[in-house]
Amino acid sequence: MRGAAPVTRAACALAVALTAASCGGGSGAGAGGPDGVLSSSWGDPQNPLEPANTNEVQGGKVLDMIFRGLKTYDPRTGKARNALAERIDTTDSTHFTVTVKDGWTFSNGEQVTAKSFVDAWNYGAHLKNNQKNAYFFEYVEGYDKVHPASGRPTAETLTGLGVTGPLTFTVKLSQRFSTWPDTLGYAAFAPLPRAFFDHHDAWLAKPVGNGPYEVESYTRGAQMSLRAWKGYPGSDKARNGGVDLRVYTDGNTAYTDLVSGNLDLVDDVPAAQLKNVRADLEGRYINAPAGILQTLSFPYYDPAWNTPGAVKVRTGLSMAINRRQITETIFRGTRTPATDWTSPVLGAAGGYKAGLCGRACAHDPAAARRLIAEGGGIPGGRLTITYNTDTGSHKEWVDAVCNSINNALGNDRSCVGSPVGTFADFRNRIGRKKLTGPFRAGWQMDYPLIQNFLQPLYYSNGSANDGRWSNARFNELVNEANADTDTSTAIRTFQRAEEVVRDQMAGIPLWYQNGSAGYAARISHVELNPFSVPVYHEITVR
Amino acid sequence: MGRYVIRRLLQMIPVFIGATLLIFLMVHVMGDPIAGLCGERQCDPATESRLRQEFGLDRPVWQQYMTYMGHVFSGDFGTAFNGQKVIELMASAFPVTLRLTLVAVAFELVVGVVLGVLTGLRRGRPVDTSVLLLTLVVIAVPTFVTGLLAQLVFGVTWRIVQPSVSYTAPLGELILPGLVLASVSLAYVTRLTRTSVAENARSDYVRTAVAKGLPRHRVITRHLLRNSLIPVVTFIGTDIGALMGGAIVTERIFNIHGVGFQLYQGILRQNTQTVVGFVTVLVIVFLLANLLVDLVYAVLDPRIRYA
Repeated sequence: MRGAAPVTRAACALAVALTAASCGGGSGAGAGGPDGVLSSSWGDPQNPLEPANTNEVQGGKVLDMIFRGLKTYDPRTGKARNALAERIDTTDSTHFTVTVKDGWTFSNGEQVTAKSFVDAWNYGAHLKNNQKNAYFFEYVEGYDKVHPASGRPTAETLTGLGVTGPLTFTVKLSQRFSTWPDTLGYAAFAPLPRAFFDHHDAWLAKPVGNGPYEVESYTRGAQMSLRAWKGYPGSDKARNGGVDLRVYTDGNTAYTDLVSGNLDLVDDVPAAQLKNVRADLEGRYINAPAGILQTLSFPYYDPAWNTPGAVKVRTGLSMAINRRQITETIFRGTRTPATDWTSPVLGAAGGYKAGLCGRACAHDPAAARRLIAEGGGIPGGRLTITYNTDTGSHKEWVDAVCNSINNALGNDRSCVGSPVGTFADFRNRIGRKKLTGPFRAGWQMDYPLIQNFLQPLYYSNGSANDGRWSNARFNELVNEANADTDTSTAIRTFQRAEEVVRDQMAGIPLWYQNGSAGYAARISHVELNPFSVPVYHEITVR
Repeated sequence: MGRYVIRRLLQMIPVFIGATLLIFLMVHVMGDPIAGLCGERQCDPATESRLRQEFGLDRPVWQQYMTYMGHVFSGDFGTAFNGQKVIELMASAFPVTLRLTLVAVAFELVVGVVLGVLTGLRRGRPVDTSVLLLTLVVIAVPTFVTGLLAQLVFGVTWRIVQPSVSYTAPLGELILPGLVLASVSLAYVTRLTRTSVAENARSDYVRTAVAKGLPRHRVITRHLLRNSLIPVVTFIGTDIGALMGGAIVTERIFNIHGVGFQLYQGILRQNTQTVVGFVTVLVIVFLLANLLVDLVYAVLDPRIRYA
């Protein structure tokens, strides 16, 4: 059978060339309705597909389909709500008691118990397992024993985790963290079946989880076929028969495939196609806000940027950038000019505050020129913006930002872009702390909380605080907010911390990034969640 | 003959070692790959040093190279960052690229040689002029333009073929990408054959063959073509290596999961193991293809003998 296929294909191509009839290519499965299978573009995950080891969106896409954690984020509002958690109780924001819902199983039939969570978290946190998301467990007591900053681990499990019954476990944090339960929708906190620990290689070849889909087959680097799991006990059952994720090296090819009917869903429309997309797809195009903020970060380890005058320079640079023009001409409305340091997907209740940046983010070339002059001019006389060229279309906007700055300052040579070939090398240069000018920083939220937009990026020695900015007042406010048991006052305190970021212009906010997706006529109910991942289980196939 | 082959095979050893060392050093110069693994944030230092240790990146370069070579000779090409064995990647990628290359070479041989003979025998006629002009256009247009154009016309506008190749890459789907990959070389083969045929058509032995009263097709295939194909064979032989390595652009356009895809991914992620492994195999392919070309000479031209 396999040997015969190429011949028929070739014959088909020939026959078509002669008779101009259509040769039913199309999207894998022909069936429609609740059993219809759709195909979707995918990228090869960078790391092995373990929940606590997946930190990019392509691997996260799969984990989102095959796992359900204690919490899940509403695809529309981004609000955390209980999934497997019956309830999570606390009185002091430090000790939590988690009750897991009864009746949940993994797709191989194994019960999901409290132990499934505790084992998974212990695995994720332990240094010997090389999990890149281990720091998500850093607030659990005993983390420094299983994952010391240097030297060997002195414990096997987190002391803060204790199984107290088949479906209950307790968590003790090393500090007060009122919104901690809301972080539990992140993939790193997913439960794991015994098969993960007992037959690890087999599990990686074909992961087994407890989500609405199960993996039918997985050819690494090429394709993953997911099928709806009939026995899924949750309310968010898959409304289609399954999803085939196909690896594309070039977003343009995926887009061409979509236009020609060879693919059903592309969840990242390449920038070059944005001007055609509405006509090509007759409106089957989504442009929805996502929890991604693009900023310019500064190297605070360079003393020249760490002066009171430099605050004025940074504010001036921020005012020199014509955000509206750049988002409209280069990104064609798939970015929105930023007016704070969070994201609109948080909603006003979640801490997003439009206009918090105020005048400092408004385009005002005259004021920009004045502020930069008052601050003593750009350190070193010229601004170099470092960025990587292998992902996104960074070159275009960096050049445009420089152009804005040059125009405002009336000097063609005051700002230049400094391209770096690969993302790895770009991260390297940042890590070596040798940069003398600002660099591109894109932040995609891990979970929809204002804390996630501020603490990792601006807290002293935060995991994503690449510029090593440090401000005692900011740290104090973040600690205060984390310790607050009342969510709404906590968010207000976070916003006060954000005002410190504004007054110091610790990073220049550029724009909020949208997720964009295009889809074929045979599928409907396509939406993107705040993480810019399609909500696969809601898609229906005609 | 046997001794000649052995001597050539032995010569490959220093070339092999030199090539791997150069590539190893080049990838190393690109910098530390671990930094790119943790997204837009710093890897936590403990995990970072564990990973570095696991991939042997904490040792000096020469030591890394020696360990790597030691493993290669025992058939272990190492592990990519996503936890997959490089040998598995090769097993899935090389057959695909090989198929694509064969399709391309077939096009070069059949179309290129036929056009070359046709134009070589009809010098100055309209057929000759138009083919020459056409080859000039093909050579002048870069592959990524031809590729995208062919994809758009055949895949999207006319819908004769699928615009991308599915991951099993059956032969039928590789026809269009193969043609695109072959296009530039095809033009060269046409021109080479044309010149060679035109030159030999005036030679004494062809005139003798015609005078003997041999049928025209026999004169062309046995006498004229056999001598005219020597430069063409050299070109195609060296081209096999170039096609396999140079398929990156074509593979990207048609989403073929071959060597080009793995190399591209490996370079972006600065994955030494993948890049060095794949390029090493490519170097070997190149050397073997060259050896094969030299041996085919002897078959085509009885005057050439290897001691």
